[in-house]
Amino acid sequence: MKIEMKGIEKSFGTNKVLRGVDFDVHSGEVHALMGENGAGKSTLMNILTGLLKKDAGSIKVDDHDTTYASALDAEHHGISFIHQEMNNFAEMSVVDNMFLNKEIKTKLGLVDQKKMRKEARQYLVNLGSDIDVDSKMGDLTVGQQQMVEIAKSLMINAKIIIMDEPTAALTENETAILFKTIRELRSNSVGFIYISHRMEELWQICDRVTVMRDGLSVNTYQTKDVAENQIVHDMVGRDIGDYYPGRHPHLGEVALKAEHLSGKKFHDISFEVHEGEILGFSGLMGAGRTETMRALFGIDKLSSGKIYVAGKETKLTSPSVSIKKGIGFLTEDRKNEGLITEQSLEDNIALPSIDTFRKHGIIDKKAEDKFADMLIKRLTVKANNAQVTAGSLSGGNQQKVVLAKWVGSGSKILILDEPTRGVDVGAKKEIYELMNQLTDRHVAIIMISSDLPEVLSMSDRIEVLYEGKQMGVINAQGATQEQVMKLATGGK
Amino acid sequence: MDKAKTTKKKFDFTKYMALVALIILVIIITVLNPQFIAPNNLLNLLRQASVNALIAFGMTFVILTSGIDLSVGSILAFTGAISASLILGGTPAWLAALIGLAIGALLGALNGVFITWGKVTPFIATLATMTIWRGATYVFTGGNPITGGKMNTSYFFQFVGQGYLFGIPFPVIITLIAFIICYVLLHKTAFGRKTFALGGNEKAAFVAGVKTKKLLIIIYTISGLFAALAGFILTSRLGSAQPDAGMSYEMDAIASTVIGGASLMGGKGRMAGTLVGALLIASLSNGMNLLGINSFYQQIVKGVVILIAVMIDSQTQKNRE
Repeated sequence: MKIEMKGIEKSFGTNKVLRGVDFDVHSGEVHALMGENGAGKSTLMNILTGLLKKDAGSIKVDDHDTTYASALDAEHHGISFIHQEMNNFAEMSVVDNMFLNKEIKTKLGLVDQKKMRKEARQYLVNLGSDIDVDSKMGDLTVGQQQMVEIAKSLMINAKIIIMDEPTAALTENETAILFKTIRELRSNSVGFIYISHRMEELWQICDRVTVMRDGLSVNTYQTKDVAENQIVHDMVGRDIGDYYPGRHPHLGEVALKAEHLSGKKFHDISFEVHEGEILGFSGLMGAGRTETMRALFGIDKLSSGKIYVAGKETKLTSPSVSIKKGIGFLTEDRKNEGLITEQSLEDNIALPSIDTFRKHGIIDKKAEDKFADMLIKRLTVKANNAQVTAGSLSGGNQQKVVLAKWVGSGSKILILDEPTRGVDVGAKKEIYELMNQLTDRHVAIIMISSDLPEVLSMSDRIEVLYEGKQMGVINAQGATQEQVMKLATGGK
Repeated sequence: MDKAKTTKKKFDFTKYMALVALIILVIIITVLNPQFIAPNNLLNLLRQASVNALIAFGMTFVILTSGIDLSVGSILAFTGAISASLILGGTPAWLAALIGLAIGALLGALNGVFITWGKVTPFIATLATMTIWRGATYVFTGGNPITGGKMNTSYFFQFVGQGYLFGIPFPVIITLIAFIICYVLLHKTAFGRKTFALGGNEKAAFVAGVKTKKLLIIIYTISGLFAALAGFILTSRLGSAQPDAGMSYEMDAIASTVIGGASLMGGKGRMAGTLVGALLIASLSNGMNLLGINSFYQQIVKGVVILIAVMIDSQTQKNRE
């Protein structure tokens, strides 16, 4: 099978997300698709698999113009998309998940569990997996769930399998198993479109790579002929150096001090952050960084430890208390905890400060309008007006709205959990500049980030956590990725 | 920001859907029987609408938080019976009314506590309390209406449900005042904003400093309070407290709210919409009575109207997206 996409264009409203993308893949190769978040990779894949309709361009499958009507249609033609959030049913068994909508039935029209179980087991054994087909999907590890997804793809006889960041949540061991499976399938002439953010995987598993940026396909290379900094350059559109504005901190008093914080998934964490400082928190997924900050802010329970705000011991028992003490928290999960996506920018921005707009109990609408407009302007949120819904904005602009909320509520201490996740390149830079502006005005920032270059470039000091424990603090000036990584993986 | 103003002013048809439907309904009924718009009938209609409207005002807050309160009918009956028996026992009617309201608020707060601290979903929590307070009403009344005695002689008691002020039935005046208070509370205060925020995204509201548990308890308290207010008015209007009073009133209240444009998913709804919804339901009953339509058929028609209203609403929602 051979797929050729040429000049693909797509707009959402006035927002042109694909501006002419060329991409091709054939059976028996692993073709990587690289690019920053928002570069258009998902949109491109959604167009290929019939989830979205293209505005312009052509898709040729084995030299015939093809448009799939739906994901199901694409599957019937041998194209399978394994999404990053695998859409499986945690409460149902592995067999039932695998045969959902394709149940084998007995003559009486009842589900033939025996036959389904046998077939499911066979597919998994072929992949070299010994997963119990009767176990609940939700009880499997992420790696095992991925195996089930691949088995599902093989069940429908997939010729091309699209994988979206398959290793993001895998252990090293699981990754090795996955790569082995991919290599075997590749030699059986299955083709892969492999979306990943992990640079090193390009040379481990991929034959070719196409780099996308801002809705364009920049270049396609044989991975053996290309070097890492060329790919980075293509992704960012400039050398990585001018991407970060640089830090020139003027430290003030200690704004927040935490002593021996313990709770679920973190033990004995102590740190302090000064006015005008950015304190980075680095670590692997599950290191306990987010959990620590959630408990500190009062979202989750702190089992022990003391917190001092501006030198005074303070009990932060709930977000509303923390906000009153001048703390703001940009959460990792923007859609579920950061924004009310169906409500207006103004409603979102004013929410933490809403009590301050009361005039004899009634909200001073004019003052609120002014407040929201001012913040939208100051944080350079790109939106027609303050009344559009938050959900209609791009990821970067949504993030700016969440920031506007906390800037507006007068936070003296800001906790930013993955502030640039899902944010496009341009907006990323603006967010960094904004962080600098805030620290220039003596705001203390705690930044959790899994992006190593970001932590190194934007922090003044870096705390590293590993499995809920504090491994050490590094002065960011002159620190290297290796130094941080060593601590983050438990090395001394 | 010029663009902002044009989009803001663009006529939002969905907002007035229920009102348009009400006007069309009024026209149709009037054509079929002009008696309908006679002032006496309209005042009567408003009085009929008031009990449901009051419950629906409280329900609007609840539904905005993506909750539901099934217990309002039982709270209405229970507090109505208590107020009535207090009056019979010699308590001044105004004090009996206040005690009824206080108990209604308390029962509402209890719902809120079960939902927040007890972590029971609103549907189940209020389904349970609906059964509990209905049962309690039967136990308290022995299954018999409470009537007669001082209830026939108390001016205050009689006036609340049957009196007129400036030629307008007193329940209508209460409803109007309640509407204004609820409208301001929902659309002009921080409390209302937080209610919308909680309904739109409870987690995000909590992180933004909204005390979500406290807010929910207050909202269910409001709902209980309005059920009790409706209960006192109904008791006064009938001159007796019936043990099965308010049966299935929660359905009319939910229907009014939903016809008025509220979404059971929360975060979307308007007080004026609820008022129109309550008027629409009252007009349907009143109109069909005038037209001599059997009350069995009325239920069918009511159900169909609810379905159509919500289908049109969700369809236009989709088109806008």
